[in-house]
Amino acid sequence: HQAQSISKWASLKVLLRAAWLGLNVFLFVYYFLLFDRDKKFYYTRVLLGSALAWARASAKCLNFNSMLILLPVCRNLLSFLRGTCLCCRRTMRKQLDRNLTFHKLVAYAIALFTAVHIIAHLCNFEWYNDSQQAADGSLSSILSNLHQDEESNKWLNPIHTNSTVSTPAYVTFTTIPGLTGVIITLALILMVTSSMEFIRRSYFEVFWYTHHLFIIYFAGLVIHGIAGLVRGQTAESLNKHNPEHCAQDPRYWGGNNTDSHCEEPEFGSIPAELGGTYSCFADVPFLQAVVHPSKVLELQMHKKGFSMEVGQYIFINCPSVSHLEWHPFTLTSAPEEDFFSVHIRAAGDWTENLIDTFQQQKPKTPRIEVDGPFGTASEDVFQYEVAMLVGAGIGVTPFASVLKSIWYKFQHADQRLKTKKIYFYWLCRDTGAFTWFNDLLASLEQEMEESGKTGFLNYRLFLTVWDNSVVGQAAFNFDNDTDVVTGLKQKTAFGRPMWSNEFSAVATAHPRSVVGVFLCGPQALAKSLQKCCHQYSSLDPRKVKFYFNKENF
Amino acid sequence: MGRIEWAMWANEQALASGLILVTGGVVAVAAQFKGWPFAAYAIAAGVFVCLLEYPRGKRKKGSTMERCGQKYLTAVVKVFGPITRNYYVRAILHAALAVPAGFLLSTILGTACLGIASAIYLLAAIRGEEWNPIEQKPQERPQVGGGTIKQPPAMPPPRPPADTRKKPPAEVAGQENPIPVTIEAE
Repeated sequence: HQAQSISKWASLKVLLRAAWLGLNVFLFVYYFLLFDRDKKFYYTRVLLGSALAWARASAKCLNFNSMLILLPVCRNLLSFLRGTCLCCRRTMRKQLDRNLTFHKLVAYAIALFTAVHIIAHLCNFEWYNDSQQAADGSLSSILSNLHQDEESNKWLNPIHTNSTVSTPAYVTFTTIPGLTGVIITLALILMVTSSMEFIRRSYFEVFWYTHHLFIIYFAGLVIHGIAGLVRGQTAESLNKHNPEHCAQDPRYWGGNNTDSHCEEPEFGSIPAELGGTYSCFADVPFLQAVVHPSKVLELQMHKKGFSMEVGQYIFINCPSVSHLEWHPFTLTSAPEEDFFSVHIRAAGDWTENLIDTFQQQKPKTPRIEVDGPFGTASEDVFQYEVAMLVGAGIGVTPFASVLKSIWYKFQHADQRLKTKKIYFYWLCRDTGAFTWFNDLLASLEQEMEESGKTGFLNYRLFLTVWDNSVVGQAAFNFDNDTDVVTGLKQKTAFGRPMWSNEFSAVATAHPRSVVGVFLCGPQALAKSLQKCCHQYSSLDPRKVKFYFNKENF
Repeated sequence: MGRIEWAMWANEQALASGLILVTGGVVAVAAQFKGWPFAAYAIAAGVFVCLLEYPRGKRKKGSTMERCGQKYLTAVVKVFGPITRNYYVRAILHAALAVPAGFLLSTILGTACLGIASAIYLLAAIRGEEWNPIEQKPQERPQVGGGTIKQPPAMPPPRPPADTRKKPPAEVAGQENPIPVTIEAE
C-alpha cells in the first residue's frame, strides 16, 4: 500500500515537472516567434536581427520562472524571513526537501535564461550602438536618426548621442533597465555560488544570509521591465507606413511622392508584459458627449468587456485636461443598456476644464481613460416588494441607474425583480443642475403611461429652497396638468418632506409588505429615516416592516 | 559564524567568475564587437582563473569534498608553494586580472564577480586562512580474507585493580565526527 502511494506521488511529480518544462518551451517559442515575425518589430529587427526575439523570449521565461521559484518555499518563506523555524522542525524539513528539488530546478532554469537574455542584450546594445555611429546612409542609420531631435517620444534607437562617450557600457549604466539588470544579475550569481551544496552543508550561515539577496532580485526585476527601451512601431504609424513595402526606399519617406504612401514611421514602447495596453486603462471610444443645461456634461461610452452593476462608480482621467488626475463618478446608466454613462457637474477646476474642453467641440474628441467599475453593487434594491428611495442633492445620481434598471427589469418581466411599487423622493435645492434627471423622470413617466403601468413609480420632488415668487408661480399654475417647475406630472412640493406622513401613508397602502428604504444623502437625514423605520415597523411579523439601507451608495 | 572559512566561498565565486569571463569573452569575439581584444584577454584570464581555482583547498576542520578530477590540477598548483598558498596573493591577483575586462560591456559582469571573489579572498587572508592541497590518503594494508578473519588476542587486556574500577562522571560527551554526519530522513 505504501509502495503504491509512493509510486503515485512519484508519477505526479513527473507529471508536474513535464508540465513545467512544457510551459517553458511553449512560452519561449511563442514569444520568440512573436518578436521574430510581428510587423510591429520589423524595423527593430533591421537594427537588431534575431537578438531581439532571443532577448524577449528569454525574458518571458524569466518572468514565469521567477514567479514560480517562490512557490515551493512559500510556506517556509515567512519563517525564513523571521530567521528561525522553531516548531515542527522535522516535518517542515521533510516537506522542504520535496519542494527544494523543484526550487533548485527552477533556479537552474533562471540561471540558464539569464545567460541567454544577457547575451542577447549584449548583442542588442552593440548593434544599436553600431547603427547610431554608422553614417553610411544604410537603412539602420536612417532608422536610428529618426525623431532624435524632437521632444516627441517616437524614436527607435535608444542610443541618442553620437559622441564617443556613448558605448554600450555607458548606456547600460545610465539607463534603468541596464543598471537594474546588472544589479540583479550580481545578486543572482551571489545567491547561486553560496548555495552550492558544499557551501550549504558546511557553512550554512553564508548560504542563509546571502540568499536574502532575493529581495533585491525581485525588487530589481520589477523595475527592470518597466522602462521600455526596446520599441516597436506604433499601431497608428503602421496604418500609414507598411514596413514590408516601404523599407526598400527610405529616401521617399514622408515626401510628397504620390507613388509610395509611406509616412515616416513612429515608434513607441511596447509594455513588457502584454502585447498591448492594460485593459483597464484602454482608451475608451465614445458614443456621445451631451452638454446639459447648468454645466452638466454627460459622457456616454462604450468599452469592450465592461460590465457594471447599479450603484457603482468609475474613475475618469482626461490626459488633455490633466495627466495625473483621476476622479470618481457614479454611473448613471443601467446595466441593461449597451453603453455606460456618467453625468459630470462642474464642481471644481478639473470638472470645469473638462466641460470646457467638450464644449469647444474640437475636431478631435479628447481622449478619455476609464478605470473601474468599483463599489459594491446594490442588488438589494430589487429584493423588496415596495421600495422607498430617497435621494438628496447629488445623491440622486446613483438612483438614475437604479430607476432605469428597475424599469428595464419590469418591462422584461425579470424574475429577479420583486419590486411592485417604488416611492421615490427627490430632495434638492434647485433642479437646475439636475435637469437631466428631470428628463429621465419625464421619459420614465411617459413610458409608464404607454405601457399602462402608471402606478409603478410614484415620485415626489421637494425643493428645499424656495422663495415667494416660486410659490406664487406654483399657486397660479395649480390647475395645470404638469408641474410648472419640472414639467412633470407630479407636482413639486416645497420644503422638506414630513417623513412621518410619508411613512404612515406607505404603511397604510401596503399593510403586509416588506418595505426597503434606501437613502443616498446626508447623515442627519439618515438618522430621521432610521427613526421612522423603527417607529412605523409593526411588531407583528405579518404586517408592514421597514428596513433601512444606507451604506450601499 | 565563527567557524566559517571564507576561502571556500571565495573559491566558488572565483570559479563562477572565470566561467562568466570566458562566456562574455567568447560572445564578444565571435560577434566581433568593438574592442574585442579585451574580450580575447578575458577568455585567457578566465581560463587561467578556472584552472587556478578548480582544485579545492582542504578545510581546516572536517573532510573536504573533492571536485571531480581535481588531483591533477592540485599537483600543479602545489608546485608554486607560497604564491598559491597565500590568499593575499590570490586576492591581489584576481583584482588585477579583473580590471582589464572592465572595459568591455560583455565582460564587465566577469569583472564584477571576480572583484567580489577577490574581496572575499582578502577577508579570508585577513582571518589567516591558507590554501592546503588535499592529499591522497595512504593505501590501507590489504587484509587477509577481506578483514573478516581476526586473530584472537594473545594476552588478556590489562585490568586496573577492583577498587579503582569506578565509572567516571559524565563529561563532555564524545568526539567530534571527522566526517560530517547528516541524518537522511525519508
